[in-house]
Amino acid sequence: MQRLLGIFLIIGFLFPLTWISESFAQENPAFDDSAGITIAPPTNVKAYDHPGDAGGAIVVEWDLSPQDHPENDLILGYEIFRAVYPDGEYESIGVASPGHTSYMDANAEDEHEYIYKVTATSGNGPSATAISNPAGSSPEWINFGMTNLFIIGLIICSSVIYFIMHAKKGGKLFLRKIGGLEAIDDAIGRATEMGRPILFIPGIHDMDDVQTIAGLTILNYIAKKVAEYDSRLHVPVCRSIVMTTARESIKEAYLSAGRPDAYSDDFVHYVTDEQFGYVAAVDGVMVREKPATCFYLGAFFAESLIMAETGNSIGAIQIAGTAMPAQLPFFVAACDYTLIGEELFAASAYLSGEPKQLGSLKGQDVGKVIAMAAIGVGVLVETIYVISGSSAIGNLSSFIKNLFVLG
Amino acid sequence: METGFTLSNTIAAILTIGIISFLWKDNPLYKLCESLFVGVSAGYWFVSLYYQNLLPKLFDTLGLTQLFTSADIEPGAIQILINEGRVDNSFLYLIAGILGALMLTRLIPNLGWISRWPLAFIVGTTSGLYFTTYFQSNAMAQLRSTILPLDSIGNVVIVIGTVCGLVYFYFSKEHKGVMGGAARVGVWFLMITFGASFGYTVMSRMSLLIGRFDFIFSTWLGLTG
Repeated sequence: MQRLLGIFLIIGFLFPLTWISESFAQENPAFDDSAGITIAPPTNVKAYDHPGDAGGAIVVEWDLSPQDHPENDLILGYEIFRAVYPDGEYESIGVASPGHTSYMDANAEDEHEYIYKVTATSGNGPSATAISNPAGSSPEWINFGMTNLFIIGLIICSSVIYFIMHAKKGGKLFLRKIGGLEAIDDAIGRATEMGRPILFIPGIHDMDDVQTIAGLTILNYIAKKVAEYDSRLHVPVCRSIVMTTARESIKEAYLSAGRPDAYSDDFVHYVTDEQFGYVAAVDGVMVREKPATCFYLGAFFAESLIMAETGNSIGAIQIAGTAMPAQLPFFVAACDYTLIGEELFAASAYLSGEPKQLGSLKGQDVGKVIAMAAIGVGVLVETIYVISGSSAIGNLSSFIKNLFVLG
Repeated sequence: METGFTLSNTIAAILTIGIISFLWKDNPLYKLCESLFVGVSAGYWFVSLYYQNLLPKLFDTLGLTQLFTSADIEPGAIQILINEGRVDNSFLYLIAGILGALMLTRLIPNLGWISRWPLAFIVGTTSGLYFTTYFQSNAMAQLRSTILPLDSIGNVVIVIGTVCGLVYFYFSKEHKGVMGGAARVGVWFLMITFGASFGYTVMSRMSLLIGRFDFIFSTWLGLTG
């Protein structure tokens, strides 16, 4: 009997305790039952217009919940809610990982003001919330966070303009010889001797890619030589605007070579915009026409190796040039000469001799000198800082590195 | 995917074999597949460009579609002007339309030179827009990442590789003496990078080939699990 009474007493004592505990956890989600502690919300939530943009973005910042430590994994993240100020309904707009103290709302509308609340999420649900000040977004004319970019860009652009003016006045601008360029004349001569055509592929990008423009500038030089040697040129393209520009370029080359009568629009023809459809057609042209020389100058993707290998299999001399890092290995492996990256643009300037292109290249060389100097000084200061541990050197090191970080 | 000798699988398999047959030599089946591929893709791109660009971005935005059809589309710039008396920003698309139309002057020999204007617009605008993004990602971010203390072999390799690479692409001086030596080191770095990239990409191409073989032997012929 006493034992039965004891059991009833225990049940009678435990049941209300369990019920209280559950009720408390449901009413107050900040109570983490598993850990037995209360999850404190993030504090000091602030919202402000994202600076230096075209509007439409508000930054929300907060101080971490006191329980947000990497070692305890208590906080799973922060959920951000937004409401139109003053009487809109809150809706969840995103989450931030633990340890993060900011979130950018990139979907704000400039005509509204918003109010934000942030909750810390634990295994048992969200904490209490902290509410921000009302904030709105607006566009700014100037992004001061990019002042360093502006200054460096200004220096380089000024150099470019200076060298262009210098070249226009007849000043000589030295450019070193670029390997592969001399081979262009030999390759055209070889095709002429063999009585076979020359194939030129300007890449698969449109005229908005500077590589295509550089490729077509070199095409102009090649077309001039082809006109002089009375050889044959074949340019299949996969972009309509490239077709128009290539025709324009070749026509001008034939005109300047004194052979406008020999020009034909048929030198350039559109195939298809589809990448591998274009490759299939070009490969077909290669094995049927057996060009003696193949030029691949422009922007290339996965088709580079397919075309270069086919050209190699028919015994053509191949000269390639692209600034696509992923495709350069294939051209290097399968072609006789490859213009690597900026060499393509340099070749374009070198061959055309145009003041604008030459000046641009020289201006970029000024940029490279600045880059090398910055790396030299930065590495020296950073190394001294690591050896000495001096805070003054550390500040100087941070200053140098921040010169290349945009705000 | 449906397996077995279905019509679509059989056509796809024959076209796959036709394209692969180019490895043997140029042959009538390859020519057929090539012509089919070029023709279908050129037609597809024409239709795709019309429905994805010209129609929604020009005709619908300006309100021309709404003017001539009863399609249930949001009012365009013309409708806004008529109904609300307001000149909507969408009218700016008219400039793009005019520039596009100017490209067609190529077809008129005496006016062909006008087609250079839209080309100049495309090239100029793209250069301006890309300047900041390219300069940021290709120059400033790289510089920032190269400023490292010379306290480990990895950091030394990164710094030397970057500086020598820059020297190689410096065109204002002959590659002789110290410059020549540094440029040669730069080329070595480039070639090692290309080698690694080559191997990586060849492996990914192999997976594409395996995918096509898997289609032929497994999906079409049903020879493997």
